[in-house]
Amino acid sequence: MTALTNRYDFALFFTVKDGNPNGDPDAGNLPRMDPETNNGLVTDVALKRKVRNYIAMAKGDEPGFGIYFTERAVLNTLHKKAYDALELKPESKKLPKKAEEAAQITGWMCRNFFDIRTFGAVMTTEVNAGQVRGPVQLSFARSVEPVMPLEVSITRSSVTNEKDVDKERTMGRKHIVPFGLYVVHGFINAKLAEKTGFSEEDLALFWTALRDMFDFDRSAARGEMAAQELVMFKHDSALGNAQAHRLFERIAVLRKRGDEVLPAGDERTHNWPPARAYSDYDIRVDDSALPSGVTLLRPWSGAA
Amino acid sequence: MSYGIKLLIKGDYACFTRPEMKVERVSYDVMTPSAARGIIEAIHWKPAILWVIDRIHVLAPVRFENIRRNEIASKIPASNVKTAMKAGSVAGLHLNVDEDRQQRAMMALRNVVYGVEAHLEMTPKAGPEDNPAKHIEMARRRAEKGQHFHQPCLGVREFPADVTLVEGFPETALPAADRNRDLGWMLYDIAYDRGRDALFFHARMEDGVIDVEKARQAGLAR
Repeated sequence: MTALTNRYDFALFFTVKDGNPNGDPDAGNLPRMDPETNNGLVTDVALKRKVRNYIAMAKGDEPGFGIYFTERAVLNTLHKKAYDALELKPESKKLPKKAEEAAQITGWMCRNFFDIRTFGAVMTTEVNAGQVRGPVQLSFARSVEPVMPLEVSITRSSVTNEKDVDKERTMGRKHIVPFGLYVVHGFINAKLAEKTGFSEEDLALFWTALRDMFDFDRSAARGEMAAQELVMFKHDSALGNAQAHRLFERIAVLRKRGDEVLPAGDERTHNWPPARAYSDYDIRVDDSALPSGVTLLRPWSGAA
Repeated sequence: MSYGIKLLIKGDYACFTRPEMKVERVSYDVMTPSAARGIIEAIHWKPAILWVIDRIHVLAPVRFENIRRNEIASKIPASNVKTAMKAGSVAGLHLNVDEDRQQRAMMALRNVVYGVEAHLEMTPKAGPEDNPAKHIEMARRRAEKGQHFHQPCLGVREFPADVTLVEGFPETALPAADRNRDLGWMLYDIAYDRGRDALFFHARMEDGVIDVEKARQAGLAR
């Protein structure tokens, strides 16, 4: 286990096609939208859920990769042997100090559960050391252009209740976004990683999770979601070498129509046909004169 | 010679939760001094120093947006963890989110821009090698380079803050009609040395500026 020594700021681009990436419970499960701009939104917690599910699936019962906040009742927990053999059992000292005990508890939880090590968790202890702040911080994902949600009525040719048996079919609704390119900004913090034991190996696993999580989150509601591009800014130091928002400003999302290329959201694109594929977009990162100590990485597209 | 720092803080969303409305979170209209302190501490802090917020400039119109999310209803019980530690197994130690779910709304702020003026004071923990000049220089250097201990955020971690070191603040975009308001009692900070008591101050916005220093002199309520 090697400790993390670099700060990362990253932007993850993902697309949704004919699906609902994240329903809004306040709006009858319509895709979330920013009411002021009509941009689509996906909350941070929705994405964290997908990461957790991916890790749970990829790692199964491997020790140290438990997922505390599970989504479905876990089968086979009896076979889980995630106990860290290196861990000494807490000795029943006389009058154990509360703070020490809390630190032991959080340490044990961090060692055994990937999601607590990564995203943090709140544990009830009388001492305030029961709060783990995780090194990975995600913000809300937002579509680069306004999205136009559609309401699709569907029919079902069977009924649920006996009393409806003379009805021929029942109606239902699905909400979809025909197409949307979303971007989420994330931050990985080596200083907090030290505290939770989030290692380089965990980080590699996290990048894989971002790449593949949508492939294991297929459902009738989701449509086709896909992680398209990961733009990472790797800092030389744990504290970082540049402001995150200055780095994110270097990322430009462009709309393409034939040979024409304009920034996404540009007024001149307003009468263009709506984007319906990832190929209607182009993501460019200005890598000229990067602040010293910052490396730009685009691991999925091979481009630096 | 006062050792101060000026920061321009921006973000798409923010939620400075009112303590009386924590379940369905409702944000204060403006940033609290304690949130501003947290942002500066994300950049530089040592036990030897204490950041004190002097003025908060509100530089953008105050707008709200409602967001509802699925959240879990409980924290991790320490007793369960202890049991699992003793047994040496994580079997059964998890939380099924489908069965322990709450849908909570948040009344968050949109597109906020603040200017924060703060200074630092030394605490009794300061050693002989600590002096205000050194720490303010460290803080300024880090803020200038965009270095931080952890990503500063606007009230909650999902809303990252863009922090820039400035010498002066830009022209305010706050409409003239909203520049003078009485914001009532607002959380000043949590007094950790007194059993985490909440301190409140009477927040008055005068020409778009909340003078925390003046309010402090007038006295804080506990």
